[in-house]
Amino acid sequence: MQEWILSLPLILISGFAIIAMLLIVFIGRRNAPIMYLSLFALITTALSSLYTLSIPNEIIKSSVNPDSIFANMLIYGNYSAFFDIIFCLAGVLTILASQNYLHQEEYEHKEYYVLILYAVAGMMFISHSNNLLMLFIGIETMSITFYILAGYFRFEERSVESSLKYFLLGAFATGFLVYGIALLYGATGTLDLSLINSKVIQGDIHYTYLIIGLGLLFIGLAFKVAAFPFHMWAPDVYEGAPTPITGFMSTAGKAAALVAFIIIAKNVIDINSIYPEIAIGSSTLTMIVAFLAGATMLLGNIVALVQKSVKRMLAYSSIAHAGYLLMGIVANNPRGWAGIAFYATVYLFMQIGAFVIIGIIEKKSFKYLNLSDYSGLSKTKPALAALMALFMFSLAGIPPMAGFFGKYYLFVAAIEAGYLWLTIIAVISSIISMYFYIGLIIYMYFNEPADDRPQINVGLSSITLVISSLGILFFGIFPHLLIDFASKLF
Amino acid sequence: MFMIPFLLTLFLPLLSSILLLFVPREKTQAIKISSLVFSLLTFAISLVLFFNFDHSNGGFQFVINTVWIKSLDAGFRIGLDGMSLMLVMLTTFISPIALLASFDSIKKREKEYYIMYMLLQFGMTGVFVALDLFLFYIFWEIILIPMYFIIGLWGGKNRIYAAVKFFIFTVVGSLFMLLAVVWLAYYTGSYILISNPQILLQNPDLLKYYPELSTDSLSLPTFTTNFLLIREASVLIPFDIQKWLFLAFALSFCIKVPLFPLHTWLADAHTEAPTPGSVILAGILLKMGTYGLIRFNLDLFPNAAFEYASIISWLAVIGIVYGALVAMVQTDVKRLVAFSSVSHLGFVVLGIFSMTNEGIQGAIIQMINHGLSTGMLFLCVGIIYERRHTRDIIEFGGLARVMPAFTVFFAIAMLASVGLPGLNGFVGEYLTLLGAFISPVLDSYLYTIIGATGVIFAACYLLLMFQKVMFGEITNPLNQNLSDITKREWVTLVPIVIFIVWIGIYPRTFLSVSESSTRELVIKLENIREGKAMEFPILREAKLNNDISDK
Repeated sequence: MQEWILSLPLILISGFAIIAMLLIVFIGRRNAPIMYLSLFALITTALSSLYTLSIPNEIIKSSVNPDSIFANMLIYGNYSAFFDIIFCLAGVLTILASQNYLHQEEYEHKEYYVLILYAVAGMMFISHSNNLLMLFIGIETMSITFYILAGYFRFEERSVESSLKYFLLGAFATGFLVYGIALLYGATGTLDLSLINSKVIQGDIHYTYLIIGLGLLFIGLAFKVAAFPFHMWAPDVYEGAPTPITGFMSTAGKAAALVAFIIIAKNVIDINSIYPEIAIGSSTLTMIVAFLAGATMLLGNIVALVQKSVKRMLAYSSIAHAGYLLMGIVANNPRGWAGIAFYATVYLFMQIGAFVIIGIIEKKSFKYLNLSDYSGLSKTKPALAALMALFMFSLAGIPPMAGFFGKYYLFVAAIEAGYLWLTIIAVISSIISMYFYIGLIIYMYFNEPADDRPQINVGLSSITLVISSLGILFFGIFPHLLIDFASKLF
Repeated sequence: MFMIPFLLTLFLPLLSSILLLFVPREKTQAIKISSLVFSLLTFAISLVLFFNFDHSNGGFQFVINTVWIKSLDAGFRIGLDGMSLMLVMLTTFISPIALLASFDSIKKREKEYYIMYMLLQFGMTGVFVALDLFLFYIFWEIILIPMYFIIGLWGGKNRIYAAVKFFIFTVVGSLFMLLAVVWLAYYTGSYILISNPQILLQNPDLLKYYPELSTDSLSLPTFTTNFLLIREASVLIPFDIQKWLFLAFALSFCIKVPLFPLHTWLADAHTEAPTPGSVILAGILLKMGTYGLIRFNLDLFPNAAFEYASIISWLAVIGIVYGALVAMVQTDVKRLVAFSSVSHLGFVVLGIFSMTNEGIQGAIIQMINHGLSTGMLFLCVGIIYERRHTRDIIEFGGLARVMPAFTVFFAIAMLASVGLPGLNGFVGEYLTLLGAFISPVLDSYLYTIIGATGVIFAACYLLLMFQKVMFGEITNPLNQNLSDITKREWVTLVPIVIFIVWIGIYPRTFLSVSESSTRELVIKLENIREGKAMEFPILREAKLNNDISDK
């Protein structure tokens, strides 16, 4: 029985998603019921995850019997429940921000909300997976919904292009993923991650296949987090997708891919192994990931410098943030994983918040996205400008905004793992990033407003903005609540 | 017992800026008055600290220690020693004065301005009281945002350029400092404490901050930003590492000071900032850099400090002369004062790196002096700018005829800045030059000889400027009908004059505050330099035992 309770979040989100999809047929023209149903689904799922999080670890361990219901396919509690909550929160914030946006774009359909539920379900399966197959199913569920959501504006060329590009490259990356999983299976004879872990510890594996398989898996995942050199799709997709979806993909989607990274790195990578082949292979792979992380940060921030569109600028900055987050994978210790958990949470607030504001200011068919359209925003819409400035300062990592603490924690993790050089690169790229973050603030605060500013409505998005900004300030002043909690999760 | 006044000194400005958020923007008068009241109240409360400070105690007083982020051993740790008390007093003293000056010079978006201003005061006080490197860094960065907006929103023509330059320069320095903080915290915890747990376990002064260690002596922090703990452990950091840490911290502080050749942001920021912004910038913000040099660079990395003392002192001396020479050719009064800051801060840095009692005491008093006299100079420049909306020297001339009272104040500020005996500037410059002269670390008279020329140059450019602006016939008819200073301007200037004269005549009142803490620091530096004794008794005993067994 305990397993059913522990897997309640997964059951709830999948069940609600299916019910909502079926309901669309019966419900007629109105969109609101499905939206509220989706919100309800996400909130109940988050609450049930919160409940599983409160169950002590010993009870979870003792109650899970691998031979019964789910055959050790899933894990419960701890970080999986924590990430469930993050994903649900991202879904809630995105749906709240979407209604108004879709309305002004004249594109509101009920399926949109349900697709978000499916995406969240996929992400939750990733964070709960204890089996490479499960992991793969989760990643694909998430990715396929993203392909659809990216092309949601089906009469807009840019949106369709983004979807197609995402799909083709994504399918290619999936190939790497599957091939990597196959090789891992070949190397270890099992898909069960905890079994793989014990086999790695015992050295009872085929080393070459293991390392090659891991490398291929990492390529597939690096594509999902948009790390250099697999980032090519990200700016176009992020630009073409509906703005709230961009916020959703670049936060929750990225976090989910990083969870997959954590799960694999945690179980398979072991640089201190007594078997030299595993140790050398692991440290080589870690070193490669470190190089990729450094290159990702630098590339994202440098290219963001020259962007004229705010949406594209933040798309590149989101690539850079993937680089910061990968520092936690490089460190590959509990501090690093906790750093990812913390940073993913605060990144969610600041990135979704920023994209919601972009969505509010944006007008139909990708208009009003340029930096110059933000001129003098502080005079015409002081509250929006202040919030945007808050998000920018947080993304730039200036204390006391929460973004700083996330960065700090990841720096600590990387330095403790001996990657001083990577931290130096992170610092340099942070300095570069300051320039474009405060560049937007210059437009909003120091420039005079343009004359032809269209009307803007905020609607339900205001709830998203309030939650995001409060989250940033709250975790900026009381970061210990989340950091100390996150460091107990792994 | 003094916890509440101490916390109020720190948090009242923050509280006021939060409260201001809820005042409607039309009620500018209410906004102004309430922020002034809060600022004055903060000053009044800080006096409690000043009068209850134990001058004979060289350690930190009124220490408050609360754990904040357990897993990183970052705490809300604050405390005051003589030097930080002086700078906190300077902050709480200058802030209401500059705030009063804002009443005239800030005419748009008042609400945002006063929110930013109070936030700035909060950050500055925090920098001077923080006893935790993490907390220090946070306060250091908090200042960035309000100052950026103050320059960028209420500044002059070139304000955007100046604001961005200020921001980027500061961030470049501070992010490398952040890196050094993380590395230092990691090294202290994971290398030094693990192999020398006695630093913490046998030090009752430190142990009281770690109550859990009394029951479980194995849970030593592996990562710590506790300044007091790092200070004890820092003696054991190998020179190679100290060197890099020193450079990372020094880069950040020297940009802030600013030391030649990192000074280029200063002239722009000063010139473009509104008057109160310049007063705060010159009066207090620059002191954060020199404060950091003493607090962290000298105290934590003494060996590296000996190594780099001569280089930094040379840069300071170059800054003294260079700043003065550049000031001489300025046509804008405000820019002239800005470059005089580069010159004056050079004396402070020279005094610090002489590492003598006289030098450091002189540096501390010179920080206060510079805050007072340059702050007052900026106020005076602001006063004529308010009336003429230009700061070009050739636009003026003969102002003494129409503004007699102003002339007196301007003359006092100018003479204090020149270093006239009897006014405050003399005391600081004399002590720093003396310190550099007798310093065994610098070991050369050249620093003092060249540095002293800065005093002569200062007389040249300031007196010349004063003569051109104030004396002679009124050549420009626009100056004919200028009004003399208003009551409000009297109120801003008189308190500063009192302290300028007080420090000039009887500096002992202020020197004695920081005397003990400076002496302790200098003794520590001397001991380390001579390799005689270690800072903490346990290690000293261990060293003695080793010596005996070696024999």
